[in-house]
Amino acid sequence: MKDLYREALVRLASEPPEVMAKSFVKWDRDSEFHRLADSDPAQLWSEKKLKEFIDRNSEKNSTQYFSFSIRTLVDDKYIGFVSLRVPAWSHSDAWIGIMVGERDYWGKGYGTDAMRLIVQYGFLELNLRRMSLGLHAYNERALKSYEKAGFTLEGRVRGDGLRDGIRYDSLWLGILREEWEPI
Amino acid sequence: MLSIQSQLFEAQDVRFGPIDHEAHPDIESKWTHDAEFMRLMELAPVRPLSPAMVRKQYESVEKKMEEDKNLFYFTVRARDDDRLIGKAVVEWIDWTNGNGLIRLGIGAETDRRKGYGSQALRMLLRYSFSELNLYRVTAVVPAYNEGALRLFQKFGFMEEVRRRKALHRDGTFWDIVSYGLLNSEWQEQQNNGRG
Repeated sequence: MKDLYREALVRLASEPPEVMAKSFVKWDRDSEFHRLADSDPAQLWSEKKLKEFIDRNSEKNSTQYFSFSIRTLVDDKYIGFVSLRVPAWSHSDAWIGIMVGERDYWGKGYGTDAMRLIVQYGFLELNLRRMSLGLHAYNERALKSYEKAGFTLEGRVRGDGLRDGIRYDSLWLGILREEWEPI
Repeated sequence: MLSIQSQLFEAQDVRFGPIDHEAHPDIESKWTHDAEFMRLMELAPVRPLSPAMVRKQYESVEKKMEEDKNLFYFTVRARDDDRLIGKAVVEWIDWTNGNGLIRLGIGAETDRRKGYGSQALRMLLRYSFSELNLYRVTAVVPAYNEGALRLFQKFGFMEEVRRRKALHRDGTFWDIVSYGLLNSEWQEQQNNGRG
């Protein structure tokens, strides 16, 4: 059987809530990171509040939500977070969320590696039929990474967001089981 | 020019009203026993709901309206006797970015194909764009709901996203289509006397 949790550059792991909360505090203070990853207003939460969010999420972590930390193989550094949410099992479709908070690891293939792992997990362990994700059109590095991991552009939501006074589109991507090339 | 004399909640044959917690649960419960209707409206697995379950849903809707302030829910009524014929909703409003999802349905078979949906959608769009001041609205439709596809196309929505084979029903894989309409496009229609 395959090692589901390990690729060339990263592995999928799990962290104690305290460790996650500490890292999120650090990553959130990088507003560029937040604005690449999220459409909610950038804001700064306390470590205590973040830990509460994480605890609440792990309670939900049952059968519809699967989340992992991303760790580098070379120095075992905790650099980001990836998750799969299955809104309705009857359709075997899921939504992926991914982020690399440590900016020294941007643009070097770590995120793409983690994406390959979560897609593999979705198809081989959860037996999904397809997976979906969304991103800001201005996040060109993310788009390249997702396409490299096998995703296809499925549409463009016009003027979905507003930042720095500029309207921008969101992009939605999907990958089907039959077009996926196993790692 | 401000047009506050022109009623937001009145159309030719239908009007918007609030939820009636006494009268509506029985009616909506009947609609949920019509699987075909529910599968046009809902992407999640459908199930029939008792009046008590519908009453609970109404309560959580109004709680969400009050607390989160990102949901606006209207019942659609027939003008002649004020009876419940459907619902019209703006939900998941993202105020920072000025977008929201719209959803509407006419519940009883006998009330469909009479233009009530068009009248309700016209009111819902005016409400979204000139009361809520949204920049854009989105409608999400399973590709087999041809009535809805035609309705949104008629109102000038543009197909923006087609999530391939995202819905598995009756052994077939269907696309889920997202339609978008911008406030500016809607405004243009008003100026041209359409819509």
